[in-house]
Amino acid sequence: MPEPTPKRRGRLKVYLGYAAGVGKTYQMLADAQELAHTGVDIVVGYFESHGRSDTILKSQGLEVIPRRQMEYRGAIFEEMDVDAILRREPRVCLVDELAHTNVPGSGREKRWEDVLALLEHGIDVLTTVNIQHVESLNDQVWHLTGIRVRETVPDWVIKEAAEVVMVDATPQALINRLLRGAVYAPEKARRALENFFKESTLVALREMALRETAHEVEVRHVTPPIFDESPDGDHAGAPERPAAPPARILVYLAADSSTPLLIRRARRVADYLEAECYAVVVYREGELARLPADRRAETERLLNFARNLHIETRTLEGADVANTLVDFARLQHITRIFVARPRYGRWRWFLARNLIHRIVRKASDMEVVVVADRGAAASR
Amino acid sequence: MAEAPGSRRERLKIFLGYASGVGKSFRMLDEARRRHERGQDVVVGAMQPQRSPELEELLSGLEVIPPNIVDGVPVVDVDAILRRRPRVCVIDGLAYNNPPASRHPYRWQDVQELVDSGISVIASVNLQYIEEERDKVEVITGKHVTQTIPKAFLYGADEIVVVDVSPDSVAGRAAETGGSEEKVAQRLSSLRELALLLTADIVDRQLETYLEARGMDQLWGAHERFLVCVTPRTNASQMIAAAKRSAERFHGDLYAAYVEQPELSPRDREALDANLAAAREAGAKIEMLGGEDFVATIVEYARSQRITQILIGHSLRHSWWDRLRGGPIDRLICAAEGMDLRVFPH
Repeated sequence: MPEPTPKRRGRLKVYLGYAAGVGKTYQMLADAQELAHTGVDIVVGYFESHGRSDTILKSQGLEVIPRRQMEYRGAIFEEMDVDAILRREPRVCLVDELAHTNVPGSGREKRWEDVLALLEHGIDVLTTVNIQHVESLNDQVWHLTGIRVRETVPDWVIKEAAEVVMVDATPQALINRLLRGAVYAPEKARRALENFFKESTLVALREMALRETAHEVEVRHVTPPIFDESPDGDHAGAPERPAAPPARILVYLAADSSTPLLIRRARRVADYLEAECYAVVVYREGELARLPADRRAETERLLNFARNLHIETRTLEGADVANTLVDFARLQHITRIFVARPRYGRWRWFLARNLIHRIVRKASDMEVVVVADRGAAASR
Repeated sequence: MAEAPGSRRERLKIFLGYASGVGKSFRMLDEARRRHERGQDVVVGAMQPQRSPELEELLSGLEVIPPNIVDGVPVVDVDAILRRRPRVCVIDGLAYNNPPASRHPYRWQDVQELVDSGISVIASVNLQYIEEERDKVEVITGKHVTQTIPKAFLYGADEIVVVDVSPDSVAGRAAETGGSEEKVAQRLSSLRELALLLTADIVDRQLETYLEARGMDQLWGAHERFLVCVTPRTNASQMIAAAKRSAERFHGDLYAAYVEQPELSPRDREALDANLAAAREAGAKIEMLGGEDFVATIVEYARSQRITQILIGHSLRHSWWDRLRGGPIDRLICAAEGMDLRVFPH
């Protein structure tokens, strides 16, 4: 039976929650206990108890790989010790808080990068993350909570997971837990209740997490429904429904009006439609050479952001922006072009609307999506 | 739900599972245990007959008011529970039909009475027993159930929790008959998705009620809502197909609206009717709107329905006049703040 097997990639399981205190870590530990009980070689790579007694109790008996101590600017930080885990070579490793940013000098910047390293070495990983840390939902979360979450996980990392499960609790239960001091220390709990833990916010975040989990289940396991099979057998007369061409999305980036918001939205839609996604910047001939360094850097940042979300980018030059964009789109068999909603300012508005007009007229075989900033209306 | 005079409306909390064996009963009893440990007066009014050792252990620490067995059916002993007057009562399994001549025909009505008389209830139910989900579940599992609870009962609950576990940890799945391991996993995943989406809908309804009660009017965007603008002149079929696909992929809602225009020619009327019929067939909620101004009417309706994306056709012939004063698309882009505008060529 023990024959040398080629190194398989580890399996990732994500416990998704919608706020601190819903019980992600607890649920993960409970599953770990069960696995350990059935003889699976499992270790704790990183786990944050937040001093919660239930959670600490659930971790008892599990092997813990000691954290690595790091000094940074005169303070001591503790991070997961990836090398020690790799030396230990467990079958399964628990890694709490996927969105965590490592202290500088840790080797990898983000914990999700550490997790990818473990997976590459064939170690299965159980991890936890909250919905507000999913990159493509960053704007929506901001609109809901007024908080710009800085620690995010790119959507493709979540896609890597073999399984995503939702750890659910009702907002009322969560608020009660908070009031009892079971989540945070009293002062922090009081502040949390005024901000992130407002009931309406929690309800909205919860809905977001439920829909996200349903989507993750669907793309992994559920075959799309078959249409056109009328049960009463009279489909002889039913017209053949031509299969829609696979969706391909192109994001038009303009340095002055495009934001990560546009890129996130396109990424999200592409994921839902299982579409290819590209992003382009278009310059008029000679414009790029004349561009001030700061403008050029700004554009480069946008392109970089897109690439980090696994969107292929291109910089184009042409005599006319709309023509160049649409020609490229046609060449790439694009079905949908995403543009940002123009911002205010009379002259800008006129120019942008003119451009959108021309794109719509030229891209006669494509859909043009003018993407709104949903927060603009909500925050008024 | 209306508040009965003289009685405190207590809370109803329901644990929803997507199949048996996901661990609803455990989650429910574990909550009962924790409440009991915190000093709440908890009793168990009904339990499922098959119980794991873990469940037995949880149960052993709690007081049980056993159901009466009538014609072989366990019937919640409402009188005994009312006499005992606990703060919290656990009812495992909501979907039971009581035998004839019982106090109520259905167990969920027993639960309603307990809640109405001031006892909080923690209950559990499986997706397949929800009346409105039954057909969808039957398509997936091939199993027909006869005892159900209405979805409205779930909507009326104060709290609902979905018990979500990965299909490979569903207890007793080996006993599932029919099909390969893969088929079983797929079946369970389909049920899982249904349960998550049902819970999301209930949560969305709660959010709406919450916002309405506080006079808050906001666009949230957790739930996508697509509005197709139908006109006689445009060939709407491509647009409607795209909207339908979006609504399916995002599990969103589909709307179609027509802003009434005076003096339609018979040909236009016919084209319009065909477009509206196509929208209806795609499952859209159809609205005929009256209004002087197309853009203002559409935007007002879109706001009232919390629309997130407006789909509109764009005529390729447009007049110099439109260009000068800004055609409807321009004005829509300007007015439909916070909503995406998806422009389809015609």
